[in-house]
Amino acid sequence: MSATQVTTHHAAHSEHDYLNHQKGIWSWMTTIDHKRIGLMYLLTVGTLFLIGGFFAMGIRLHLAKFGATPLLEPDTYNKFMTFHGAIMVFMVIIPGIPAFLGNFVLPIQLGAKDVAFPRLNLASYYIFVAGALLAASSMYFNQVDTGWTFYTPYSTAKTGNGVILLVMGAFTMGFSSILTGLNFIVTTHKLRAPGMTMDRIPLMVWALYSTSIIQILATPVLAITLLLLAAEKTLGVGIFDPDLGGDPVLFQHFFWFYSHPAVYIMILPAMGVISELVTAFSKKTIFGYRAIAYSSVAIAAVSFLVWGHHMFVSGQSTLAGIVFSLITMFVGVPTAIKLFNWISTMYRGTISFHAPMLYAIGFMFLFTIGGLTGVFLASTGIDIHFHDTYFVVAHFHYVMVGGTLMALMGGIFYWFPKMFGRMSSDLGGRISWVLIFSGFNVTFYPQFILGAMGMPRRYFDYLPEYTSLNQISTVGSWLIGLGFVVGLVTIIHGILRGEKASDNPWGARTLEWQTSSPPPHENFVNTPQVTAGPYDFR
Amino acid sequence: MTSVSSTEFQHQHHFKDAEHQYASAKQGVWLFLCTEILMFGGLFVGYLIYHSLYPEVFKNGSHTLDWKLGAVNTIVLLFSSFTMAAAISYVQKGKKQLAIIALAVTIACAAIFMIVKYFEYGHKFAVGTVPGKFSLVDPKCGVGVAREKCRTKVDQILKDPALQEKYHVSAVEATKLQAVISKPRWEMFYGFYFVMTGLHGLHVVAGAVLIFWVLLKTMKGTVGPAYFTPVEGVGLFWHVVDLVWIYLFPLLYLVG
Repeated sequence: MSATQVTTHHAAHSEHDYLNHQKGIWSWMTTIDHKRIGLMYLLTVGTLFLIGGFFAMGIRLHLAKFGATPLLEPDTYNKFMTFHGAIMVFMVIIPGIPAFLGNFVLPIQLGAKDVAFPRLNLASYYIFVAGALLAASSMYFNQVDTGWTFYTPYSTAKTGNGVILLVMGAFTMGFSSILTGLNFIVTTHKLRAPGMTMDRIPLMVWALYSTSIIQILATPVLAITLLLLAAEKTLGVGIFDPDLGGDPVLFQHFFWFYSHPAVYIMILPAMGVISELVTAFSKKTIFGYRAIAYSSVAIAAVSFLVWGHHMFVSGQSTLAGIVFSLITMFVGVPTAIKLFNWISTMYRGTISFHAPMLYAIGFMFLFTIGGLTGVFLASTGIDIHFHDTYFVVAHFHYVMVGGTLMALMGGIFYWFPKMFGRMSSDLGGRISWVLIFSGFNVTFYPQFILGAMGMPRRYFDYLPEYTSLNQISTVGSWLIGLGFVVGLVTIIHGILRGEKASDNPWGARTLEWQTSSPPPHENFVNTPQVTAGPYDFR
Repeated sequence: MTSVSSTEFQHQHHFKDAEHQYASAKQGVWLFLCTEILMFGGLFVGYLIYHSLYPEVFKNGSHTLDWKLGAVNTIVLLFSSFTMAAAISYVQKGKKQLAIIALAVTIACAAIFMIVKYFEYGHKFAVGTVPGKFSLVDPKCGVGVAREKCRTKVDQILKDPALQEKYHVSAVEATKLQAVISKPRWEMFYGFYFVMTGLHGLHVVAGAVLIFWVLLKTMKGTVGPAYFTPVEGVGLFWHVVDLVWIYLFPLLYLVG
């Protein structure tokens, strides 16, 4: 039992926790404490999420066609779509769970005092902020309308120079992502507490570790791709420009070689969160610890071999299409392993339906739909019909929002008592879940039908027969928006007015719950001695 | 590493001892170097693809590069790798003066490398063997019109002996340039030449700055036999910069 080995000193409870270890805004700006840096990411990513959400609501409101005149001009619509995508992908979902929850949780779960390179950790935060500002500056100078994928030759030959700013912003944020991943890998290898062997580290850490591998190996390829794009645009080197003998499809290969693994940068940490939530709220030892741990690594490995499934209709050879199709379907295997292990963990468990657990169950439900429709899209024949329709939009929102954002919300409510030493309102969390979960299905389920009917994505207008489903979808988006507002209010209310939390309100077994809430500056008063696995319930 | 003594050097609070910190830092540096290799890897893949698409263009383009200057730079960088390795060894052994000299020589080598590159680049800009629209007499010409109809700087120089005189284009070089522009898409080679050597050049400059930083640390005595992680980390980075050039030199200068 790891729990019994840790002595918690309640006397030092309120005076010496990390939140009031040092005071003043400057102490936060210059902190090298991983917990504070995690919270700074929460604030930054949360703000960006609201901006990205604003653009999403604008897109949906426009597409509902409630008024006689369109809400947005066609060009404005394209810019909304681009900013929504670029902000949500590069600035919210990629850093969301690793940089925010991961930074806070990973060192404590390993029994470490901090990450391996605390100053690098702070640097990576500021690099992220600089990248976000650089990308955002394009909104002022020259708005981009390429979509978040910057496909050539449109991005190089046709559109304005704002794309250089956005691309260099993404490049800079990629650098931040690399440094965070590097920090996590070294922390996991070098800073585990005594007795914390690799088969005793929590599954959240396994997930973050696999994510970090992808960040280290894939992000540099995005970096060179974006650099080449910027060089193409400023110097006209011709690598992606058919007029000069270049090949625009090469850009797609380069781009998806990163951006497909990046999909798993987005979802693997979410799966780690779900593993924690399921076992904590089922009060049962995780079923298949090794299977879940190794399936994370398997997903990371396979993720590098499937990029071609984004390009079934981009002119790659039939043989390549078939191979990519097969390997893509293989991703379903480790993913299903995780899902069945979570369900087996819940089976005959003592399940309590607190807000975090509701989010975990919501994740499993929505991610299953997102994952299975991914198999549809992996089949080359079906994809030719579905490619660039709303079916694809619905699919990746089910994975990214229904998956990652559900896990992020669940993770926030789960670790909330540890972060702030207070409880957030469980009722508020549950109401936000009901609104987000139901609103999500109302928004995106109709988009599967629209896609199957043939409605193309990215267009600012559509044929009349798609109107009613689009309007249903827009009403759903208001429910999601309301749900996130309730969630935000619950979080702020919890921080300011929440009841004092005990050290382990959920009765979980991992190390972060064995220290005080909030933890002291160095996480533990005495370095914990680990003598058993992380989910030692029964 | 047994040479780390924890008595003189105060390790950071979250590590067990100095050796623990050293091992962690080293792992971090190696992971970072992996990302560097992957970043250049993307460029090498691009090079490979276009080389197979336009073998003649790459052959002709390669002939216009001065392999002697490339060879000089290769020797300079190899030598700098040696002085960098020597500097690490001197720091570890506490030979401060020798370490300072070795680091200074390494920075000097980086400077020589960049100066040679400056002259190579300068000549290419002068004769117009540069990528994209800058190879045209009128850069605006390429916009909206088929590029084949635009006049290139190289063409202009080859038809005007006075310009050849002005830009020091010898008869041998003129023949090579003639061969280059005889093939369509000839700018592609120079696109790769400038992007690959340019990115590498940025790394040389970054490396020189980092070496200067550890040089200051060595002079102040903050690194020495008890703590030499920064010197070793920067050294590893410098070797990778060197290694990338070892591949760039044959691929660009000798492949024809």
